[in-house]
Amino acid sequence: MNILEIQNLQVSVMNKPILRGLELRLGAGEIHAIMGPNGSGKSTLANILVGRGDYQITAGTIRYQGEDLIVRSPEERAMAGVFLAFQNPVEIPGVSNARLLKEAFNAHRRYGHLPEMDAMTFRTHLQERAKHLGLSDDWLLRPINVGFSGGEKKRNELLQMLVLEPNLAILDEIDSGLDIDALTDVANGINALRNNLRSMLLITHYPRLLEQVHPDKVHVLIGGKIVMTGGMDLAGRLEEQGYGWLSEVAA
Amino acid sequence: MLDSNAVNSAISQSYKHGFVTAIPSDTIPTGLNEGVIRLISAKKREPEFMLSWRLAAYRHWQGMTEPRWSSVRYPTIDYQNISYYSSPLTNNPDSIDLKDVDPKLLATYEKLGIPLSERLSLAGVAVDAVFDSVSVATTHKKKLAKLGIVFCSMSEAVREHSALVQRFLGSVVPPGDNFFAALNASVFSDGSFCYIPPGVRCPMELSTYFRINAAGTGQFERTLIIADKNSYVSYLEGCTAPQRDRHQLHAAVVELIAMEGAEIKYSTVQNWYPGDAEGNGGIYNFVTKRGECRGDRSRISWTQVETGSAITWKYPSVILRGEGSVGRFHSVALTNNHQQADTGTKMIHIGHNTRSTILSKGISAGFGHNAYRGLVKVLAAARGARNHSQCDSLLLGNTCSAHTYPYIEVKNKSSKVEHEATTSRISEEQLFYCQQRGLSREQAVSLIVNGFCQEVLRELPMEFSVEARKLLEVNLEGSVG
Ligand SMILES: Nc1ncnc2c1ncn2[C@@H]1O[C@H](COP(=O)(O)OP(=O)(O)OP(=O)(O)O)[C@@H](O)[C@H]1O
Ligand SMILES: [Mg+2]
Repeated sequence: MNILEIQNLQVSVMNKPILRGLELRLGAGEIHAIMGPNGSGKSTLANILVGRGDYQITAGTIRYQGEDLIVRSPEERAMAGVFLAFQNPVEIPGVSNARLLKEAFNAHRRYGHLPEMDAMTFRTHLQERAKHLGLSDDWLLRPINVGFSGGEKKRNELLQMLVLEPNLAILDEIDSGLDIDALTDVANGINALRNNLRSMLLITHYPRLLEQVHPDKVHVLIGGKIVMTGGMDLAGRLEEQGYGWLSEVAA
Repeated sequence: MLDSNAVNSAISQSYKHGFVTAIPSDTIPTGLNEGVIRLISAKKREPEFMLSWRLAAYRHWQGMTEPRWSSVRYPTIDYQNISYYSSPLTNNPDSIDLKDVDPKLLATYEKLGIPLSERLSLAGVAVDAVFDSVSVATTHKKKLAKLGIVFCSMSEAVREHSALVQRFLGSVVPPGDNFFAALNASVFSDGSFCYIPPGVRCPMELSTYFRINAAGTGQFERTLIIADKNSYVSYLEGCTAPQRDRHQLHAAVVELIAMEGAEIKYSTVQNWYPGDAEGNGGIYNFVTKRGECRGDRSRISWTQVETGSAITWKYPSVILRGEGSVGRFHSVALTNNHQQADTGTKMIHIGHNTRSTILSKGISAGFGHNAYRGLVKVLAAARGARNHSQCDSLLLGNTCSAHTYPYIEVKNKSSKVEHEATTSRISEEQLFYCQQRGLSREQAVSLIVNGFCQEVLRELPMEFSVEARKLLEVNLEGSVG
């Protein structure tokens, strides 16, 4: 069964059409990459999947694990395993990473009818994952994203993914602003979570992360539609030639 | 930006302490005159000095006008339409045994989470329970008495410890200090009295739990705490009232005196009935609280979490007289719906090398109005005085307001006074970020608000910081759509 099935998705922002009949099928355990020029609608798609307001869905359906996703609230989607690593994560002064994650983790547990994890056990759970990404214990006590560098914010998003273990992770430019070592850490993080049930959408501009993750498919999103789907070779061609040669297809 | 419609469609706030105890009471007719004051004094079987003190205060009050300089707005109060004394009929003021306390009163406090039986009570907390105008029980008195600590109701102190009362009462907040303090001095009913002898560290938290029950009455309690040389005490006050659609007046006075090397920590978790979502009913909380660091190296800290009341008007202050004395003020004030708060502190530096810190966190939601008003005054003699003030405001939605009025008067050049202020708003992005991690909007707000005030909440004794967190959560209900 497909974990995610999007049919004829049309979305506008303030009456301006952004997505124009987007189709996408993502199987369980698959990783798909989405590439495309600036402003083509990649983040819009990501935001729609997690139920962000300010967008109007004018047509189409989104099914997650076979069920309508659009009717669910953002937090229900999150607890049902849909995770977004934001392109621009927001700062929340006064709230530590550990605090948010503990609340979030236990919200997920309650949703799955599991007992909440006590503070001590959770701490260990969190520290193990932070170590994976080379993040110190001090890091966990810092307020969310406050004063983080671009790369640090991305690592932090990934840490949240490792802790919450989603079924469907959408990573919106998780690789931008990362130095070479950080990129490898992030790729390792993604690969560590990979299994035959968990699916991911990687939104990116560069093939470098994809080379370390080996996605099952690469889609090109232009003008609000998937205009071409291929494999790693497609990512390589885009790196060399840009999007110009695709504009005919898009038109 | 938060959707202001959603913010405004405030779901009715669930005030959890709004019940009324059906208990026959001795409530005197409304109105205020010398006869009423004599009656109150007689009911409490006070010594002569107390009655003349009250009458002097009353004569002073008659010549005063209600202050209007603060930012709070309310209709004129008819002082002749308030009953100044109400006591449960079954109360026996001379009893020291819980067996004699009306079970209905015990049940009331139990329901409020304050069991008065010493067996059930919170370990390490002694409670004086004030119901309307009288103290109905004081726990752990005997245990404290062994250390020489006096902890009893004010009424009892006036009779049994009159020398201490005469020496200290009104020495920090004089009877004519301000309109509400003068009113309190004339008609004050009950409150707590506490004396810690030299060198004694009070082994438990002392606390007073104030409950207004009767309708149409005002509560005018008076608390006096004296920490003698090198002693230590941590004191807490909590308050609730039934849900009623008429406003009720609460005008208290609290005086703290710290002698050489002594330390007093005074914490308040104020949860008077705030009124309904439209602004009907609720308590007018007009309170004068002041401490004096009388001896060298003495310390006084005020920590307050103000979540209730229709109007809060209070400025817990410290007079830093002793050399090297330290005053601290930590405050969280939350206003939701139509609540108004004008609160802050005064730090008066008189002695050399005195230090003060002010940390104020104001949270406004709904149509709430929140003002910080603070004075830092350094007198010419206060060589080497230091103050640091930090005032932060957090706004939810765009129909509420926050203001900061810092007044600074420095007469000594060697002193150092710093003031910082910030205003921030909970953004839609922040709420969505938390929702995307699995939190509801309400959980997200409470997480962010708790984060915003954690430095203050940390100052509260453990059990009470948990309580304060819960209160913030409850009082924020309906503030986001
Ligand atoms: N909230 C919004 N208000 C107004 N316009 C918006 C909003 N969100 C997206 N848009 C517009 O929709 C278009 C698609 O934006 P989107 O963020 O999805 O692009 P993207 O493919 O993620 O681009 P990038 O590669 O630069 O991140 C852009 O023209 C953008 O300006
Ligand atoms: Mg984008």
